[in-house]
Amino acid sequence: MSTAATTLTTSTAFEKTRAEGRAALIGYLPAGFPDVPGGIDALRCLVDSGCDIIEVGLPYSDPVMDGPTIQLAAQRALEGGVRTADVLRTVEAVAATGTPTVVMTYWNPVEHYGGRGGHAQSVTRFAADLAGAGGAGLITPDLTPDSAPEWIAAADEHGLDKIFLVAPSSTESRVAMTTAACRGFVYATAVMGVTGARTTTSDLAGPLVARTKATTDLPVCVGLGVSNGDQAAEVASYADGVIVGSAFVRALLDNDDRAAGLRALAALTEDLAVGCRRG
Amino acid sequence: MTTTSTPGQQAPVIPPSSFDADEGGWFGDFGGRFMPEALVAALDELTEAWQDAMADPTFIHDFETICRDYGGMPSSLYEARRLSDKVGARILLKREDLNHTGAHKIRNVLGQALLTRRMGKQRVIAETGAGQHGVASATAAAYFGLDCTVYMGAVDVKRQALNVARMHLLGAKVVPVDSGSATLKDAINEAMRDWVASVDHTAYLFGTAAGPHPFPSMVRDFARGIGDEARAQCLERYGRLPDAIAACVGGGSNAIGLFQAFLDDEDVAIYGFEPGGDGIETGRHAATIHQGDSGVLHGARTYVLQDEDGQTIESHSISAGLDYPGVGPQHAHLAKVGRATYLPITDAEAMDAMALLSRTEGIIPAIESAHAIAGALRVAEQLGAEKGPDATVLINLSGRGDKDMETAMEWFDL
Repeated sequence: MSTAATTLTTSTAFEKTRAEGRAALIGYLPAGFPDVPGGIDALRCLVDSGCDIIEVGLPYSDPVMDGPTIQLAAQRALEGGVRTADVLRTVEAVAATGTPTVVMTYWNPVEHYGGRGGHAQSVTRFAADLAGAGGAGLITPDLTPDSAPEWIAAADEHGLDKIFLVAPSSTESRVAMTTAACRGFVYATAVMGVTGARTTTSDLAGPLVARTKATTDLPVCVGLGVSNGDQAAEVASYADGVIVGSAFVRALLDNDDRAAGLRALAALTEDLAVGCRRG
Repeated sequence: MTTTSTPGQQAPVIPPSSFDADEGGWFGDFGGRFMPEALVAALDELTEAWQDAMADPTFIHDFETICRDYGGMPSSLYEARRLSDKVGARILLKREDLNHTGAHKIRNVLGQALLTRRMGKQRVIAETGAGQHGVASATAAAYFGLDCTVYMGAVDVKRQALNVARMHLLGAKVVPVDSGSATLKDAINEAMRDWVASVDHTAYLFGTAAGPHPFPSMVRDFARGIGDEARAQCLERYGRLPDAIAACVGGGSNAIGLFQAFLDDEDVAIYGFEPGGDGIETGRHAATIHQGDSGVLHGARTYVLQDEDGQTIESHSISAGLDYPGVGPQHAHLAKVGRATYLPITDAEAMDAMALLSRTEGIIPAIESAHAIAGALRVAEQLGAEKGPDATVLINLSGRGDKDMETAMEWFDL
């Protein structure tokens, strides 16, 4: 491990939340939205208001797993000229707060990091630079472990968390294969669908978490759809972490004034954090 | 649908080539499956159903019967005599423009829709650029009585009002997509988003031989009748194989449908002609293979038009059907190992070929197919000079040009 000695992995956050007998709150925002400094301010606001782990989204031109809210933010970030280097700069600024910070990214920007060249080489370079920025690991929504030999090797070399997804449609053998490849935590997608706040939580999430926990001791966190404290409390009753993304993005999109956006973000985070303690 | 298989009928064998994918959908360095876990179960189910169907004589028989009675296949192989005289070599045109709905695409959608029915699903979704695959999908859905939703970039919905009307008339729902560049690639993204949420009862009729495994191999299997027929027709009529075959390549389904039967015929040269747009040097093109930068797009590793950070770059071509920033992974493999040669053809070269074929043979080709004509005539001139007038070039005339008349009116000032 090169720089991993200084890297905060997500397990440090789960040790704390488990000791406190509560679920972790995991907050997502894309880097570069509304611009790079504004994105860093928003992510730091999530840290200050009660998020235990931060997910920095890498804006991508073809986000097939995202609903309209996150698509719009990512598109604005790209129109604003955000680059992969800016995402790593954002990770560095957020990880400096002492809160474990992972990147959530579609696969091609990692495979193409540093421009043309072999994809294995690009993946290794990305892992080194992510670790160098203090990043804890990667969440890979369109990369499953059976397609990820390069990433698994690079993550292992740099001590990075490998967070793969399980879904309600995953077979038992795929759940087992996926959790065996994870380090840090397992991301359980609560619904069959794309990201976006929903008014009701999914009845698919509980059984999926139970099936997942039967295969691993890793924390299992639930994402897709949570937008308020009550929903967070419900998810926290059976999961180790509650992942929130679109609702945070919505809070920023709904407020043109940046200070007002940050206030809305803080209020929402506090509500969700209370929910995580109730669950 | 009244077709049944004859008892005791011998199982048709789909001959493998030396350039097929492995079990994981890898064509050498290309292909695979880079997809959300939520869709893996559905892709596995589809893979199994497709492989099972391909080994089932009843399915193959039903498919061939529908293609014949409803689709008008096999399409003819036509010797274009005046064009042959002009270039000094024999030009053969595989007349996919004469199929029902006017292009090769009907083969793929009839195959996928038949498979959908076999899997017991009631709804199909599709993406479309100019609307050709959307119209074909709506047609197949009407034929099989399936519910059909077509995703189409909002920009394309405006540009292709006629095809939107055709889809509506055929009973399909057309959903305009505003995200991203509001064109084909974004329509694919939106169709995938629908599929993640509807996969238990919905099949995704993918429009080209690209995307995650099994689509590149499955779409090829449904399109390969083009080459199987053409090879047999050529042998029967001339007692020999062509010296070269040619097709246009966007996503690459008509091309792989032609190429597959010839891949192991070492003496047959294979050419794919990519959309060169305004010219490679301008950056405004869709010549993905020629550009040669590999990446992952829409579920497969292949050649992709992308910037330094791996963000997809918008492609440009006068031909909407070729205007795609990726390409099927089997083509990427054939290019890399040198079995096929891929060359760019500019908008202007394609439009010249469109006019030439119209005036020389009385056939108005789709602008897509005109790319193949333009490139193949160059190959034919060379071959004719080397081998004499018996040199034979077989070109896939993948579709007819009626849909392109507005573009032609503007280009030629008609």
